[in-house]
Amino acid sequence: MSSTFVGMPTLPSQRGHGNLHAEEPFPQAATRELGNSQLRANLRHATHTIRDKRLNVVGELPDWEDLRQAGSDTKDAVMADLPAKLDEFEKNFTARGGVVHWARDAEEANRIVTDLVRATGSEEIVKVKSMATQEIGLNEHLEEQGIAAFETDLAELIVQLGHDKPSHILVPAIHKNRTEVRDIFLNEMPEVDPDLTDNPAELAMAARAHLRQKFLSAKVAISGANFALADTGTLGVVESEGNGRMCLTLPETLITVMGIEKVLPSAQDLEVFMQLLPRSSTGERMNPYTSLWTGVTEGDGPQNVHIVLLDNGRTNALADKYGRTALNCIRCSACMNVCPVYERTGGHAYGSTYPGPIGAILSPLMTGIEAEDNGSLPYASSLCGACYDACPVKINIPDILVHLRGEDVKAQHAASRVPTEMDLLMKGAEIALSSGKVLNLMEKALPLGRLAAGRDKKIKKLPGKLAGAWTSSRDIPAPPAQSFRDWWKKEGRS
Amino acid sequence: MRIALFATCIVDAMYPSTARATVRILERLGHEVVFPAGQACCGQMHTNSGYFDAARKVAANHITAFESVEYDVAVAPSGSCVASVKHQHPMLAERAGDTDLAERATAVGAKTYELTQLLVDVLGVTDAAEQLGSYFPHTITYHPSCHGMRLLRLGDRQLDLLKTVGGIDVVELPEADACCGFGGTFSMKNAQVSTAMLEDKAENIRSTGAGLCAGGDASCLLHIGGGLSRAGSAAGTLHLAEILASTLEEPAEVPSTTTGATR
Ligand code: SF4
Repeated sequence: MSSTFVGMPTLPSQRGHGNLHAEEPFPQAATRELGNSQLRANLRHATHTIRDKRLNVVGELPDWEDLRQAGSDTKDAVMADLPAKLDEFEKNFTARGGVVHWARDAEEANRIVTDLVRATGSEEIVKVKSMATQEIGLNEHLEEQGIAAFETDLAELIVQLGHDKPSHILVPAIHKNRTEVRDIFLNEMPEVDPDLTDNPAELAMAARAHLRQKFLSAKVAISGANFALADTGTLGVVESEGNGRMCLTLPETLITVMGIEKVLPSAQDLEVFMQLLPRSSTGERMNPYTSLWTGVTEGDGPQNVHIVLLDNGRTNALADKYGRTALNCIRCSACMNVCPVYERTGGHAYGSTYPGPIGAILSPLMTGIEAEDNGSLPYASSLCGACYDACPVKINIPDILVHLRGEDVKAQHAASRVPTEMDLLMKGAEIALSSGKVLNLMEKALPLGRLAAGRDKKIKKLPGKLAGAWTSSRDIPAPPAQSFRDWWKKEGRS
Repeated sequence: MRIALFATCIVDAMYPSTARATVRILERLGHEVVFPAGQACCGQMHTNSGYFDAARKVAANHITAFESVEYDVAVAPSGSCVASVKHQHPMLAERAGDTDLAERATAVGAKTYELTQLLVDVLGVTDAAEQLGSYFPHTITYHPSCHGMRLLRLGDRQLDLLKTVGGIDVVELPEADACCGFGGTFSMKNAQVSTAMLEDKAENIRSTGAGLCAGGDASCLLHIGGGLSRAGSAAGTLHLAEILASTLEEPAEVPSTTTGATR
């Protein structure tokens, strides 16, 4: 048994690796994605549909707020005691015939999985959608090693066949419409009927036929897990197409890759989480398939059962006292469905497996604010708070975004002594706004602004990159002749 | 009651008429209004941009300014600034390990109200026409700002009060609860995304046919108004304080971009 290193302050912090970075500054990526009007229309339609469905089913539960609180409390308690919970899980998983592997980061996890697959002699595996394996880039790694991984989730399959990246946690192909899907199938499925139309039922049947062959021949399956129950060593996967059930029961070997934060104390907790998750994610009262498995049962289901417990920066996030609740995330994607920024840019703009509001905090927490272009992620929000309201486990995403902005400013100042335009703007504002007297003096210049405004009483262009960006699409009204405080004084009031 | 006015920096410098309207409303109800002269800004822009040290200085100034005056409650015609005073000031102090400042911040925050929160919850105003003499014969629509809606949980206080103004016609804004895209420096750092959000907000306002969009946060109104103006729209924005303060004898000045009550 390897030891848990979770939360041990003596060990160096473990930065995550893999598909977790912003690859270019968010504003730049966002601007490009914004230009894709088809993408924007698809996203708007899809997010609004799920959003409305979610509101309906959440509204049905009179105790929704209590459930959220219970979910949040349970997760907080688990995080406060994570090493012990993981040890308990390991003990029980092992006692029931499973094998536990610990992976510090993406490289280690990929190596463990590859070795496990190699040992079976199989060169093909089936997969049920797993965020953890997306995060570590497992498919690409296996491919390099000569092992073909087939995604079996319809949307994942579309993304995989389209040589694309997922754009959403739950609806990875949210950015594709059905004509695009048909074209992908025609190009990538050798056996498909060349007269395939873009009728959704026909598309689903084509995928089904394609996948059935894979299920029946695969000897190895790889899954993620939505939950791990510490007291029994049970794993759980929640899905809606039945492909997961196939992957979890048909093959001989089952390898699960799961982030260490997914552990729950006991089956009792499912009562809360199985109400929170389907309603928040797909807007359904209950998802069609929930599979729970505990170790190995002789003669039934996979006979070799493994789990790779993945850190990959999670202990790093756990060590951040203002950010750690981000680990409470159950990956329902409700936050991205209500996010006005995500709605316009889509998931690719965030450059990470985890897009949207949760991605904007999780990626920097796991891999470091100064890694790649992570520093731009916490600013990808107007702080409107819709994500916090929607989150079933009450993660205060806006507060963590603000916290990470502070971390970014700190990191920037540590890296360079040359003040940025933002630094100068903020310094100026600090001087003006730290005292009523100074602000009063500055306000004496308001009439100058009136001059700048011109005849139509509008300021249409400001100098500088940042202020200039504001006036690229917005006018500023001419300032008044007199500030309020000046008026107040002149009136002789106190 | 002795009420301390927190004018907020944007209102003080850009929309003094909103602060004057706030004073008028409170005085009409028979209260005494004081203006702590040392006040400047809540520091929200610095906090939300990650400049916590600077933000703490700005916040400390606010706290000191409001400690230096005797009053029963403080009020601001801005949900986001009130949310900043209540939530961000203690947070900034705690992060810096300054427990004394944190305590003082919490004390000031506890006495600070957003305008309609004060009117409805503390002063018992539920009918603007009757209790304030409010009269505003225009068609308006209403945008609930994010911070008032989600951080202060103002609920329908603002909208309900507006509906009770004499002569007013309030038409519902589609997707009202969607953010206008301001977000302080977000509108500079992510100007394009912000613009996309603003365009949708402006389009929704146009679709109502109302000549005015009312709201309780000057900064959002500055943003929305700036977008409407650039798009050449006839519609403008107006703070709800000015609508509530408007009477038959002393009508509010309606922004010049508007054509008035046409639908
Ligand atoms: S942060 Fe909350 S809303 Fe977003 S995916 Fe995670 S659990 Fe869902």
